Amino acid sequence: MIAAHLPVLQIVVPLIAAPLCLLLRRGALAWGLALLASWAALAMSALLLSQVLSDGPISYALGDWAAPWGIEYRVDSVNAFVLLIVAAVGAVILPYARRSVAHEIPAEQHSAFYTAFLLCLTGLLGVAITGDAFNLFVFLEISSLSSYVLIALGRDRRALTAAFQYLVMGTIGATFIVIGIGLLYMITGTLNMADLAQRLPPLGQNRTVLVAFAFLTIGASLKLALFPLHYWLPNAYTYAPSAVTGFLAATATKVGVYILLRFFFTVFGSAFAIETLTLQNLLVPLAVIAILVCSTVAIFQDNIKRMLAYSSLAQIGYMILGIGMASPTGLTAGIVHLFNHAMTKGGLFLALGCVALRVGSVRLESMQGLGRAMPWTLFAFVLGGLSLIGVPLTVGFISKWYLVQAALEQDSWLLAAVVLAGSLLAIIYVWRVVEVAYLRPPPAGTSAVREAPLSMLIPTWILIGASIYFGVDTSLTVGVARQAALMLLGGAP
Amino acid sequence: MDVLGLYNYWIVIVLMMTGFYVVISRGNLIKKVVGLNIFQTSVFILYISMGKIIGGTAPIVAPGVTVYSNPLPHVLILTAIVVGVATTALGLALIVRIKEAFGTVEESEILQQRDDA
Repeated sequence: MIAAHLPVLQIVVPLIAAPLCLLLRRGALAWGLALLASWAALAMSALLLSQVLSDGPISYALGDWAAPWGIEYRVDSVNAFVLLIVAAVGAVILPYARRSVAHEIPAEQHSAFYTAFLLCLTGLLGVAITGDAFNLFVFLEISSLSSYVLIALGRDRRALTAAFQYLVMGTIGATFIVIGIGLLYMITGTLNMADLAQRLPPLGQNRTVLVAFAFLTIGASLKLALFPLHYWLPNAYTYAPSAVTGFLAATATKVGVYILLRFFFTVFGSAFAIETLTLQNLLVPLAVIAILVCSTVAIFQDNIKRMLAYSSLAQIGYMILGIGMASPTGLTAGIVHLFNHAMTKGGLFLALGCVALRVGSVRLESMQGLGRAMPWTLFAFVLGGLSLIGVPLTVGFISKWYLVQAALEQDSWLLAAVVLAGSLLAIIYVWRVVEVAYLRPPPAGTSAVREAPLSMLIPTWILIGASIYFGVDTSLTVGVARQAALMLLGGAP
Repeated sequence: MDVLGLYNYWIVIVLMMTGFYVVISRGNLIKKVVGLNIFQTSVFILYISMGKIIGGTAPIVAPGVTVYSNPLPHVLILTAIVVGVATTALGLALIVRIKEAFGTVEESEILQQRDDA
């Protein structure tokens, strides 16, 4: 009975828990409730994924209104995977958030923080699960508005301007998406994605369809911070509270990539997006620039949070590169990198949050000699860094392996070289931290720094551990990603 | 092409570009929010226009009426209006905090202070 309603409970549980958090007022109680809600969401997303893998796509009519009229929640192997990523990161970060938030945010705002966090989680899960184009916009705005609030909670006053900048860019992106959806509705008379997928191909290269496609692509690219539209991301990630940066870096841009995937391959169909419009000619160069330029910029950052933010932009480039190659292997690489990067970058930002808690700064010079003072935190950082580089036995290697394979399938040695060049650049920026943390003595005259508390170390290590584990045992991640890629390219919604 | 008959869509485009230009070109944060609002409003009009059928009436079954406007885009845009209000409110709230923290709402002056810090 309950199992039949899993798709809607996935959204409703965190959505209801969010205002309750605010009513509880006491920070600790709100945290407890948020934790329960996020763990429930994780359990549900795991159940949904296993159901989808065994029985095929699930369709759920919201409020029992049949599909083309009512809102349909449709779970297939792509979004079940995204749901699992988002829910897992949320569930891992909340235990971590308690100490980190207590340190970085005034006590009277704690319940509001957890409310905003749960709303953001709800929005991101909602974007992933819904099969209705307009519903997608609504959930996107729920997640965006709450993430502006979360970023503005950062201690540095520049968090405010970063949040405002993101608000302007994010709203433009979301409005572009609504325009695109509106134009699609105008020409087809439906908002249901499966319905759209059936009604769009006969229209061919209709002007309205082309314009809608352009608006949707640009709107989604703004949200996922594809290279020339990435301006908001470094500031937002740098000044947000540590737990928020970890959460957003691991989920928000990934959901943006999912929106792009969903519209390209399910709604418009790969035949339209790739064969007719040859979108790869746009996406691949942008991805290549993102990988090379953003990795290079990352090398010159002295604020490590900002360095990782630029590295995130480069990693988004890898995902878009995989998608842009539009072959089963390329798409598999793109989707598996969604998961892999969520684990790696989430873990890295959490490790930095531990440093912020104990040292009070995440600038390079303040990390001198930390390798001895905080061995577990820094070791987690190094492992995460290795995964960014793509060393074998880490998830980063798996992503790059498939990317290089996909490039070689298309005889594109250049793209393979770009992927490897990105890794070389990653070695440089990761090494800068390793050198300062391990090879330099701690600055004289500073008080001894202690290791981070277990409540923060364990979540960090869960994510870092996952980025090692799934680098060895890839049957789950690559298996699901391949199935998802084949389904997307097969054209079946 | 019937240019005048589509005048509501021309209004949409003009408003959209006006709003977009204001967001990009103005350094005053309040003006940016105003521009964002104009930009969003143009989309509201786009949706409202597409639902309206000339000669159609409100979608309530009544004797002697056969042509109804499509209520769905209007309902959709109610949601988008709510989102727009929330965005504006949040944007203004952020501006209040920025004014408290930096003592100005001009982007150029804020950037100068950030360089000093």
